[in-house]
Amino acid sequence: MNTNQPPSPPNRRVRTRTVLPGFGLSAAITSLMIVGLVLIPLAVLILRAASLGPAGFLAAAWTPRARAAYAVSLGASLAAAIISSLLGLLVAWVLVRLEFPGRRILDALVDVPLALPTAVAGLVYSTLYVEKGWLGQILVPMGIRGAYSRLGIVLVLVFVSLPFAIRVVQPVIESLDKDTEEAARLLGASKSQTFLRVVLPGILPAVVTGFALALARALGEYGSVVFISGNMPFKTEIAPVLIVSRLEEFAYAEATAIAVVLLGMSLSMLIVVNVLQQRLARNAQ
Amino acid sequence: MSIRVDGVSKSFGAFKALDNVSLDVPQGTLLALLGPSGSGKTTLLRIIAGLEWPDSGRIEEDGTDITDRHARQRDVGFVFQHYALFRHMSVFENIAFGMRVRKAPQAEVKARVDELLHLVRLDNLGSRKPAQLSGGQRQRVALARALAIRPRILLLDEPFGALDAKVRVELRQWLRRLHDEIGMTTVFVTHDQEEAFELADDVVVMNEGHVEQRGKPDEVFDKPASPFVMDFLGNVNVYHGRVENGLAFWHGVPIHYPDYPHAQAREARVYLRPHELDIARAPSGSASEAHAGTSLAATVLRQTRTGPITRITCQPRQGGSDLHVDLPSAAARELGLQPGESVSITPRHVRVFLPDPEYVI
Repeated sequence: MNTNQPPSPPNRRVRTRTVLPGFGLSAAITSLMIVGLVLIPLAVLILRAASLGPAGFLAAAWTPRARAAYAVSLGASLAAAIISSLLGLLVAWVLVRLEFPGRRILDALVDVPLALPTAVAGLVYSTLYVEKGWLGQILVPMGIRGAYSRLGIVLVLVFVSLPFAIRVVQPVIESLDKDTEEAARLLGASKSQTFLRVVLPGILPAVVTGFALALARALGEYGSVVFISGNMPFKTEIAPVLIVSRLEEFAYAEATAIAVVLLGMSLSMLIVVNVLQQRLARNAQ
Repeated sequence: MSIRVDGVSKSFGAFKALDNVSLDVPQGTLLALLGPSGSGKTTLLRIIAGLEWPDSGRIEEDGTDITDRHARQRDVGFVFQHYALFRHMSVFENIAFGMRVRKAPQAEVKARVDELLHLVRLDNLGSRKPAQLSGGQRQRVALARALAIRPRILLLDEPFGALDAKVRVELRQWLRRLHDEIGMTTVFVTHDQEEAFELADDVVVMNEGHVEQRGKPDEVFDKPASPFVMDFLGNVNVYHGRVENGLAFWHGVPIHYPDYPHAQAREARVYLRPHELDIARAPSGSASEAHAGTSLAATVLRQTRTGPITRITCQPRQGGSDLHVDLPSAAARELGLQPGESVSITPRHVRVFLPDPEYVI
């Protein structure tokens, strides 16, 4: 340690000087938005649930039916997020790297699930996959039930979460340095070796981010699932649907209790994914 | 391993990158492809590497046609301008990559990488990530990685282009020594004539998809084959003049030019290199007229010193564009010219190019 450093001048200014504009104002607006839009509603949610007391909370939020709903919600969302992030990687790769007619149209179509009311998606999917539907006619005799089943839930969750998985990965693939892929080929790597050893480590952090966004989107989805799942308790009832049915019974505190558990589960899963993402990103640097 | 490029053409859409280029690179040569951007030099290098395919023509290695052979089967070491290192891998793993994908035994990989780390003088940096290295170190890692697969040809695309001046010169000299030690056939692309002349055995000057001139650095510099080469090598005074009867005239000053003995006068371009001009203070009085026979009267505008060379900018007395004269700084100081002084300028050497050589009978 060098102890001969000159004493640092008294710290008169807390804010470091910068020529970049608008830091003070933008910080104020940001905090206001986060408090007003996120923190206060969440606090109300938790307070409302807390009004039940510990025993009442458990009785409302940890019933067998509620536990089954959490399991369906988390399971279907995880499955959908995994499918979306893998499929999203593939679609993003095709959109960036392949030149084909209609590429721009396909690129624009990616955003459609974001703009469409998800209830419409749920209705369309259930019409397609019921026994008499266009796809159901073929699939149901084969034993594949796309409507009123967990498979149906996963299908619509993939539909609503796929755009996130694509749009997060796409710019990262665009920014890839093609030199490194050429270098790998010149060093004797096969196409799959080049992808797995050189390309994938660079885009994996983005794929994981896409997974996190898709998961978050899927966990909160209600509109499309309610139409396709059939909402059978213990089978195809997801937590948000259970919350709504509690609300319809005017059991507001019970509904918020279930919401708090769902929130806690979602939050902890997102934190795990974020930590993983940061580790990968550090490694990829 | 020798390389032979035979009548290679390549277009990108309407842009003709290479137009029927042929080139021989004998075993052990260090050859520079020199040219401005868009001249096709990088495309040619990438075709030799197998990263691009020619529209027509052939590439041969030691007499074997390898035109259709894929990049990964060409045994080519390639160094990219921006290093193209694998960012997520350590320096060690970067260099080991080519051996890893070939499933070489761990002990062999370790020995070879250590040997290469020593060769590129990065012995203790194997565990670093590329981001933790300087530009010069990164480029040496890239070179070690290219050499790890024991290529038979080494290709370098503007290898020093992204480095600062001092590192560039060091790395250049180091590469020359390395080439002398391992003697591998090496082709590198550059737009920097100094780099090409200092490093290469042979220089190939390219322009608009074809080879303008090929030769030893001295030949290319002393006997530029075309106005383009002369211009590209830079630092040249260009004037419109005329030729007749074995003389070229530059601002009325006759210069011996035996290549054009015809009586019919023709327009020509006269090229004078700044360091091939003599400058002297004109004797006072009406002497500028007296000297007019063999030298040009001019007025000093300014002097600019760039290290060992001082450049004197003069305005010819009869008008026309400014003329640059380069002198060693010591000589310039001794001469002590001031702006506004009259001088006489005598060319020691000129080059004359006629605009359309086809018309010369």
